[in-house]
Amino acid sequence: MTGVLASGYGFLSGPSWNLVADVQNMLSFAFMRNAFAASTASALVAGLIGYFVVLRASSFAAHAISHIGFAGAAGAVLIGVNPVLGVAALSLAASVGMGLLGRRLRGRDVVIGLVMAASLGLGYLFISLYKGNATDAYAVLFGQIFGITVGAVRITVLTSAVVLALLAAIYRPLLFASLDEEVAEARGIRVGAVGLGFMMLLALAVSEAVQVSGVLLIFALLVAPGAIAGRVFRRPAAALALSAALAILITWASLALAFYTPYPVSFYVTTLAFVLYLGVRAMGRGSGLRRRLAAAASPAREPAAERRQAATVRT
Amino acid sequence: MSGTAGSAAAAAARPVPVPAGGPDRPEAGSPAPVIEAAGLASGYRGRTVWSGADFSVGAGELLTVLGPNGAGKSTLLRMVLGLLRPAEGTLSVFGGAPRRGNPAIGYVPQRRTLDPDLGVRAADLVGLGVDGHRWGVSVSPHKRREKAQDVSRALASVGAAHLSGRAVGRLSGGEQQRLQLAQALVSRPRLLLLDEPLASLDLRSQQEVSQLVADLQAEHGFTVVLVTHDINPVLGVTDRVMYVAGGGVSVGPPEEVITSASLSRLYQADVEVLTDSRGRIFVVGLEAETAHPHSPRGLRP
Repeated sequence: MTGVLASGYGFLSGPSWNLVADVQNMLSFAFMRNAFAASTASALVAGLIGYFVVLRASSFAAHAISHIGFAGAAGAVLIGVNPVLGVAALSLAASVGMGLLGRRLRGRDVVIGLVMAASLGLGYLFISLYKGNATDAYAVLFGQIFGITVGAVRITVLTSAVVLALLAAIYRPLLFASLDEEVAEARGIRVGAVGLGFMMLLALAVSEAVQVSGVLLIFALLVAPGAIAGRVFRRPAAALALSAALAILITWASLALAFYTPYPVSFYVTTLAFVLYLGVRAMGRGSGLRRRLAAAASPAREPAAERRQAATVRT
Repeated sequence: MSGTAGSAAAAAARPVPVPAGGPDRPEAGSPAPVIEAAGLASGYRGRTVWSGADFSVGAGELLTVLGPNGAGKSTLLRMVLGLLRPAEGTLSVFGGAPRRGNPAIGYVPQRRTLDPDLGVRAADLVGLGVDGHRWGVSVSPHKRREKAQDVSRALASVGAAHLSGRAVGRLSGGEQQRLQLAQALVSRPRLLLLDEPLASLDLRSQQEVSQLVADLQAEHGFTVVLVTHDINPVLGVTDRVMYVAGGGVSVGPPEEVITSASLSRLYQADVEVLTDSRGRIFVVGLEAETAHPHSPRGLRP
């Protein structure tokens, strides 16, 4: 498998620590150019969709959609089709099902979880039936961006363009429905249709991101950047931009690290995402970064507030 | 704030826009009613919650809708918003059939407090009221500037200018209520529907919010329909009250509707209305109705 060889390919020579030379070295390989193109396109979409996933508190749905997609991937491998198409087919079906549940989706964790488990079982059956090389199925679980073909890169970039265009088209109603569903409905927004549309975009984003991070590690690309950005910026537009930027930077860094070390891309993606998330959380729970920094600059204010609070408690 | 004054005194102290030519019908010659209902019934899936409602709400009026949980108060608002079709009878809003997304209507739904982790700015939440229902992404810098002005004006009008940059999830219940009011006002509605705006607020915030609604109404002249389960915080500012209970609806000035005789008739039960030394009203004898809002007696076929 190309990917196995590719991982740590640059490790043989090692980085020169000259950033320009190292990037040039990396991009001199066609498989690295393909990997960068496809993962940038998927990360951009994952970052943007992920912000709304966090805003709509539907990360469990995202998780479930990707796992249901695994059955599609395994089925596709069995019949000799590109596994990503299998992921897309079943993810879309799952997203339509969940989207039609709409508002009733909340509190359906048990049903979604059971459908997810059944799909994973089905996927496992398909893999055990498959007589060929199981690497393809393994790649769906953990991602295998280094193995991506030129055709798959084209499909990925095209899918990203479609998702971006559709997301832009429903941006304002989606934001309204995500923040304030009842008022949005009263203002004439078809919140059910907007929610269904979003779930389908989510399924496409999942199908793309699976190539980078795999089904099991999708949270790192799809949820972490949005969660981090939502903690840093209070302006939705700024948070969206940061979320997309973080997703792209995490994938770029992971590709480079995987190129120069013997460890896989998705390990770096999850680790970087987790470390960044921990870092932002450590900066302050819920309070914006800037306010936290401002508070650090004028330390006299906070103890005063605490004293006031203590005084109130005593009285 | 005259919330501690007696109901009759409060009603007299405030000019009532709809003349007392009959509590349910505005006088001939007055401007067309904002909401008009005839034989209106509310219900869903074949179950009628209340029926036989005839009333109209005049321009610039503040109508308070009272009644126990599950009596169908919010249902009335949903019908006015065009989100629910009347089970029977007719309902007209601004002289036409209710329609979804009418920009002339501002709506503040009944609210549990917002997710404390919701890190979105207050100004962005209010801004949704300007263009949140439009497709696409706003790119025009001119429109963006205009929107920012509208938002800061709306925030200032509810006394929440200082909250503009704060994360909405971190605000108190009273502060969130002001934001939602600002969001409803930012599109300059002619009718404001408020569903339990005072619930889950402390006593002082209740007084502040109801006074704020009255002040805004006096300034802008819009019509307000305010749903609450406790009349006392709005006694000083409401023009008329509507009692939704026992499968029916009763409308009139507070001193006429909230009486032992009137409520006993409406509920078909022994209801006692008590007034304490500070003019606060207590309705006694509805405990069973509140506990079983859908009891057979409460439903009319």
